[in-house]
Amino acid sequence: MELKLPIYLDNNATTPMDPRVLEAMLPYFVEKFGNAASRNHSFGWVAEEAVDYAREQVAKLINADPKEIIFTSGATESDNLALKGVFEMYASKGNHIITATTEHKAVLDACKHIEKMGGQVTYLEVNPEGLIDLQELENSITDKTILIALMYGNNEIGVIQPVREISAIARKHGVLFFTDATQAVGKIPVDVQADGIDLMAFSGHKMYGPKGVGALYVRRKNPRVKVTAQMDGGGHERGMRSGTMNVPAIVGLGKACELCMNEMEAEAKRLSVMRDRLENALLELEEAYVNGSKEHRLPHVSNISFKYVEGEGLMMGFNKNIALSSGSACTSASLEPSYVLKALGLGDDLAHSSLRFGLGRFTTDEQIDYTINAIKETVLKLREMSPLWEMFKEGIDLDTIEWAHH
Amino acid sequence: MAYSDKVIDHYSNPKNVGTLDKAKTNVGTGLVGAPECGDVMRLQIEVDEATGLIADAKFKTFGCGSAIASSSLATEWLKGKTVDQALSIDNMDIVEELNLPPVKIHCSVLAEDAIKAAINDYRVKNGMPALELEGAKH
Repeated sequence: MELKLPIYLDNNATTPMDPRVLEAMLPYFVEKFGNAASRNHSFGWVAEEAVDYAREQVAKLINADPKEIIFTSGATESDNLALKGVFEMYASKGNHIITATTEHKAVLDACKHIEKMGGQVTYLEVNPEGLIDLQELENSITDKTILIALMYGNNEIGVIQPVREISAIARKHGVLFFTDATQAVGKIPVDVQADGIDLMAFSGHKMYGPKGVGALYVRRKNPRVKVTAQMDGGGHERGMRSGTMNVPAIVGLGKACELCMNEMEAEAKRLSVMRDRLENALLELEEAYVNGSKEHRLPHVSNISFKYVEGEGLMMGFNKNIALSSGSACTSASLEPSYVLKALGLGDDLAHSSLRFGLGRFTTDEQIDYTINAIKETVLKLREMSPLWEMFKEGIDLDTIEWAHH
Repeated sequence: MAYSDKVIDHYSNPKNVGTLDKAKTNVGTGLVGAPECGDVMRLQIEVDEATGLIADAKFKTFGCGSAIASSSLATEWLKGKTVDQALSIDNMDIVEELNLPPVKIHCSVLAEDAIKAAINDYRVKNGMPALELEGAKH
C-alpha cells in the first residue's frame, strides 16, 4: 500500500472520526431531527429513543448504569461540572479538594476558580515517573475534604495513575473520587465499579467520535452522588445539565463507545507493539529519553526528549508530512514549556526538546517506519547545527556556563 | 502557525553552519541565549586583517526554525562587511527579511545580540575596548 502523507500521530489532541460513527449519526441531522425532550409526538420519541440507546452504549463501555450518564459538550464541561458541581453541592460538608499539578488545564483552572470562591485546593506533586504518592494523598485529607480529583491517563505523557488505590483511600475517608478519563476511556478498560469511581469525565472526539460531545458519569448508589447544575434551564439530564440534547453527536458518541468496546482490546495490543517499536528505534539515538513511567502508561502514547535539539525546530523538519506535538514553549501561546514535563522534574531544556506521539486506530506500520526515519534524520541534522551538542561532545558541562537569560 | 518561505528555505538549507577556531585572534565568538529559554545561538566572525572585512561567518543554533533562519541570515549579511558596518545590522531588518510574526521577534533580537557579542569578543581580543551595548529591545 502506498504511504499517504501527511501522517497523523497527534491522537491525544483529537482523533479522526470513524466512518462508522458518521454513518450512525447522519440520519439524525435532517430526517430524524426531533428534540429528545418533545414528549408528545413521534419526532421527539425517535430522538429520545436514539439518546437512550446511546446512553446504554456509553454506560456499557464503562460498566455503569445508563441513568448515571450525563451528556455534556465535552470533557472540559464535564470537568467543570464535576468540580464546581461537587463544590457547591457538598458545601455544608467541606470545601477542600485534592488534585495534582499534572492535571489538564480544565481541571486546574476550575480548581483556581473554586479557590477564588473560597475553596481550598491541595495540588499534589508527582514523582519523576509522573505518579502521585498515595501516602501523601492520604495525608492531605482533612475533615473538610470533599473530593479527590485525579486524572486516569495523562494527555502529555500517557502515565496512568493508580486509580484503584486512590479510590480505596477516598472510600476509606468518605471522600468522593472524580477522574478525568478523557485519554483512557475507549483506549484501555475503564470500569467505574471495579475502579471505585464516583464521577468521571470523558469526551467523544478522543475516541473516534464527534467533537462537541462528552459525558460525565455520576454515581447513583453507594454512594448516591449529586452535582449542582452549572447552567440553568430546562432541567435536562436529571437536572444536572440543562440544554437541548445534541442528538446526532450523542448518537455518534454512543456508536464510538460501542466500537471501542468491541475493538479496544485488540487495538491496545496492536498499538502498544507499534508504539514500542517506534520508541525503541528512536531511543537508539544518543541522549534520547522517555518522559514519564514506561510501565504505567497508555498503550498508544510516547513522550520523548531529544537532548540538545529544540522541539519546535525539530518538528519543522517534518511537520509537512508528520503531525505531532511538542512540549516546547515555542509551540504554545504562553512561551512556557510544558508544565507537565516540568512537574516530572525535567529541566526547561529537556522540556523544550520533547515530542509527543499519540498513535491511533488508523496508524499503520508503514507510517511508523516513515516517522522513525524522518525523526532520526532531523535530530541528527539539527544536532550538527546545535552549539549545545558540540559542547556536549567536547565534554563541556552546560550547567557551568553562565547563560544570558532573556 | 505557518512559516514564511524564507524561514523554510534557511531552515532547510542553512547557510554557514559550522565552527571557526575561537583561539585565533582574528575570530570573534558570540554565544547568547539559554537552553532553558529554548534558544541558544553561537555566531562567529573571522576578520581579514589586511582589508578589515569580515571574511567568514559561521553559526550554530539550538532553537526553533525562526531562530535557525535568523542566525543563518545574519551570517550571510555579515560576510564582506567591515566590523563597524556589521554593528549596524538591526533586528528589525531580520524580522522584515524573514517575515517573522510578533511571537518570533525574540529570535531576531537574539541574532542581533549574537552579532554584537561576536564583535565585542573580537574587539577585546585585539586590544579595543568592548562597546557598551544597549542591547536590542527585549
